[in-house]
Amino acid sequence: MSHHKLEANNLHFIYPDGHKAINGLNFKIHHGESVGIIGANGAGKSTLLLLLMGVLLPSDGEIIVGDIPLTKKTLSMIRQRMGMVFQNPDDQLFMSTVYDDVAFAPRNYGLDEKEVAKRVTDALDMVGIQHLKDRAPFKLSGGEKRAAAIATVLSTQPDILIMDEPTASLDPKSRRKVMRILESFDHTKIITSHDLDMVYELCKRTIVIKNGEIVADGATTEILLNEELMNKCGLELPPTIQSCPVCGISKKA
Amino acid sequence: MSNFINLVNSIGLLDDMARQKSYIHKLHPLTKLATTLAYLIFVVSFDRYEIIGLFPLLLYPIIVLTLADIPTTFILKRLLFIEPFIIGIGILNPLLDHHIINISGFAISGGWATFISIFLKSGFTVTAAILLIATTGMDKLSYAFRILKIPRSFVLQLLLTYRYISVLMEELGQILTAYSLRAPNQKGVNHKVWGSLVGQLIIRTFERAYRVYQAMCLRGFTGEYNNGTSENLKFNDLIYFLIWVLFFIIARLYNIPMVIGSLIMGVGV
Repeated sequence: MSHHKLEANNLHFIYPDGHKAINGLNFKIHHGESVGIIGANGAGKSTLLLLLMGVLLPSDGEIIVGDIPLTKKTLSMIRQRMGMVFQNPDDQLFMSTVYDDVAFAPRNYGLDEKEVAKRVTDALDMVGIQHLKDRAPFKLSGGEKRAAAIATVLSTQPDILIMDEPTASLDPKSRRKVMRILESFDHTKIITSHDLDMVYELCKRTIVIKNGEIVADGATTEILLNEELMNKCGLELPPTIQSCPVCGISKKA
Repeated sequence: MSNFINLVNSIGLLDDMARQKSYIHKLHPLTKLATTLAYLIFVVSFDRYEIIGLFPLLLYPIIVLTLADIPTTFILKRLLFIEPFIIGIGILNPLLDHHIINISGFAISGGWATFISIFLKSGFTVTAAILLIATTGMDKLSYAFRILKIPRSFVLQLLLTYRYISVLMEELGQILTAYSLRAPNQKGVNHKVWGSLVGQLIIRTFERAYRVYQAMCLRGFTGEYNNGTSENLKFNDLIYFLIWVLFFIIARLYNIPMVIGSLIMGVGV
């Protein structure tokens, strides 16, 4: 399954104003892995995702998807295999109906309308919003918008799903629903989030970033329980395993 | 502030109306575009002093409005929005053109006749354009433009501008809400902050538009907008177009109200 692997080698990115957002990242993500990327605000998480999708091109270093290096020439081919869900679903939903939004990518890839309809139906079924297909995206609730945004990416049947803060601004039920959707996606998942409980539940591997550098990369159960590491990176233990606020008993134990 | 929220919603309302399934909605987008263009050409082709002869052309928007089940108030509200501009354009005519003309036996100054004519013509044409969008939708309309071989970049520009209106409105709504919450006793926006407010709006809208564009590119957008529409022209479409064009020609060649009046009064035309 080497064609689904994602590799970053000595990745650097400097913004035009001179800010060094990414400083020499190296990692390899294999097929089927679910990886959480965490870090404090400004650590470089969102920049990294934009680099992985080729929205930004690295100042130095390279990204390899499968065996193909990400360059301007290979961008279109690589983007067909990777799908990214933006932090704000309003940025992702721009058509007049949910159906047209979900059909946008399959139509761009030249599929015939029959296949497009099938892809849209499958994607909407996966996220459970078939009943919303004729609604205008801007009239949906936060959770519905998020589900629709995920469906827009699933309709391309990506090998790698990249998500920027998928549970941000969602109520508990909607958050749980989005988590169930992500759980059901059995290809590679890369998720950046401040929702450490979600990362703890969904991602077996976690990469911690600080100032554009990898501070830790390993099993989520080890990294998220390492209080010293988390404090050092401007983070905290996931709320579900912090000490009980009433009796003070540590759930970690 | 609620005015702005209403305005944003009203843009969505046009899209909602375009998704209805009436007889007019089911017509091919090209048919509706061609009929509307023909209507516009016939309306503006009337003489600048013509008033009575224009009235039969009111039949077109009334019939489309009825068949498409579009609320009349929806159209009237939008017309009211545009009418001050039309009045602004034509209001000097009565002051500049004093010569008297005769319309159906009534003496009226040429300035007033041209003003009323401009008022009617713009009202008719704006109504027809709104009806076209409300019964076709911008996506299908762009498909019709592409059939007519209108350059891709122009069609795309039109379509994205239409989409970005809502982006602009949303950003403006948020800025104004934030402003009004911190300036509760003010009516409107103080002129001292107009500059920074507009600057903020442009930067925020630009950034938002850029993110939307990124999202489009990540889903395979390369400049060709494909909305999945591929309908064939039907016999119905041809009949609809021909009947209307025939009616427009008759209305243009004969002053129908005068003919009807003469028939009733028993006077030869």
